[in-house]
Parts: sequence; C-alpha cells; structure tokens
Amino acid sequence: MYSCGEESQVVEMKDTGHENNSRKAWMGLLAKAPEGRVAALLEGEMERPDFTWLRAPEIGSTMVRGRAGAIGAPFNLGEMTITRCALTLETGETGHAYIQGRRKADAETAALVDALMQTEKAARLRQAVLNPLEAEMNAAKAARAAKAAATKVDFFTMTRGKD
Amino acid sequence: MQANTLSGGFTNPATQSAHAFRSVMEAMARPGTIQDIEGAEPPASLSSAAGTVLLTLCDTETPIYLAGAIDCADVREWLSFHIGSPFVGPANCMFAVGSWDALEPLSAYPIGTSEYPDRSATLIVETPQLTSLGAKLSGPGIKDQAMLSLPKRAAFQANRMLFPLGLDFIFTTAHQIAALPRTTEVS
Repeated sequence: MYSCGEESQVVEMKDTGHENNSRKAWMGLLAKAPEGRVAALLEGEMERPDFTWLRAPEIGSTMVRGRAGAIGAPFNLGEMTITRCALTLETGETGHAYIQGRRKADAETAALVDALMQTEKAARLRQAVLNPLEAEMNAAKAARAAKAAATKVDFFTMTRGKD
Repeated sequence: MQANTLSGGFTNPATQSAHAFRSVMEAMARPGTIQDIEGAEPPASLSSAAGTVLLTLCDTETPIYLAGAIDCADVREWLSFHIGSPFVGPANCMFAVGSWDALEPLSAYPIGTSEYPDRSATLIVETPQLTSLGAKLSGPGIKDQAMLSLPKRAAFQANRMLFPLGLDFIFTTAHQIAALPRTTEVS
C-alpha cells in the first residue's frame, strides 16, 4: 500500500500544445473506463504482448482537488482509490497506468495500451480501443445529461416587484 | 525518464521485502553479525544492499538524506519512482545514506527526544567491505563478544553515551549488511 502526494486536478488544464497532451488524453480515457472494457477491446484487436513489470499493480489512494467554478481557490474534494502499475514491453516501450478503483487486471491492461500507443500499433489501437472508449464515455455523459435535463424546472416571474 | 530509473525494484515485493526485512532485523538483533541481503538493483552509485534496505524500510513518509556522491540525479530519480520519499537535509531526516566521510559530522542528525527516543535517524553507511575483525562489540544481542570492521570507534562510543537517545547504524556493502544499534558498546 502507499499513499501518494500526487494531486489529480478535477478541472482539466487547458495547456494546449504540450507534447504530452495526447498521452494525457488516452491515459485519462483508460483511467476512467469501466471494468474489463479495455481488456475486451484490446483482446478483440490483437494478442497481448509479453512484458516485464517495473512496478507490480498496487492499490493506494490519492487526494482529488478541485476549484469551484473552475476559477475558485483549490480545495480538497476527497480521496479516491486508485490502482497503479508500470511495465515495459520487450521492445523497450514503457507503459504506466493510474486508474480509478481497486482493479489490478485493468491497471495492467491500461499500462499495456499506454505502452503499445508508443509503438507503430498506435493507429490500430486508436481505432480499436480509444475511439470506441471515447464514444461510449461521451454517450454515457450525454445520456446522463439528458436524464438530468428532463427534470429541469424553469422558474420565471411574470412581473417583478412593483415595476 | 531513463529505463534504469524504472527498473531494479523488487520483482516480487511481498516475498523480497519480507526476506530483506528479516535480514535487517537479524542484523539489528545480533550486532556484529554480517547478513546477506538482496533484491534491488539500484543505480551504480548505490550498493545493492543499501538500495534493498531503503526499498524495505522507507516509504512516502520517511524523509531521506543523501550524503555526498550518492546525491546524484540517478539515485534521486530511482528512489522517487520506487519509494517516493522526500529528500531533506541531515537535520530533518529519518534515514541517511552515504559513505562514512560524507555522513560526518554525526551531530547533524536528530537523536530523538526524551519523550520520543524513536524520533532519531538511522544511518545507512556504505562501506567498501565488511569483516568480522576490528572493533570489539558487546551489549544486548551479543553473547560474549563480537567484532566488526567499523570506520571510527570514538564516534560510536560517543553515540552510546547518549542512550536512550542516539543514532542507529546499518553498514552496507555489495550484498551484505551489518548493524550497530545505539545499545551496543564499542571498545
């Protein structure tokens, strides 16, 4: 077990043009994917490559921080459980994973995808794994937003005060 | 980040750290005995024994002081990845690593307080070699007498005078460790 001082920001930083932005994006997708989904997508596309552990999967917690309205002072939203691991492929690429929840198998798969995204298989993986994941996540978000929107109540006043 | 920063940790943390902890415990319990220890493969400037001790005893809440030549980017990155411990100066450390010359003077390290004698530093001293020759040791954990090659006797005698406060020492070389807790008398 470990506790890490690293802070993940709820609010996404808009530092476009950073060299790691695309990697950040796919690691974020993998971190939030539902249980077993990445493995199913990966195994549908290709064989799992051999790898060696740099850090076997371990479970810990991290403090999630946020800002009210994305501009307020940062506050500690709460702790969340995360699983992390690091591995290296036989070809030398290193993959890291920090995913939500207590899911060691999923952390392994996420790190594998992260490592494979640095190889020439990146385009295939984007097509077969990342794009479907992103689509599913957007669909889930939209469905939830639609459900919430259906219960929205508009308050309006016909006349205000004594005007 | 370099690949050798990320490699060299325990491949099987549960078993390896338990074995390493057993070695450290045996060494501390029987001062003067030399124990085998293995598991970690740190960057070249840190011995395997010292790296294994650090991986076993340290975590994100144990400040480490790197003394002298050991305080280099390779070692810092390796410890950051595998342990995540903060790096501090000698006055605030819980563990200090380095050669004897780099670690001196011993007055720089916390020796604990009367209420909390355990809030003292443990010094991991990198030595060229460890042999059962040299200073005579006696005290708890030693049946009659033990011998250990120590860098400087006077410093350990002065440390013994501070008891129950004082520093504990772990001597490391290649794949071996020995220890000298504050209870041991050196002559």
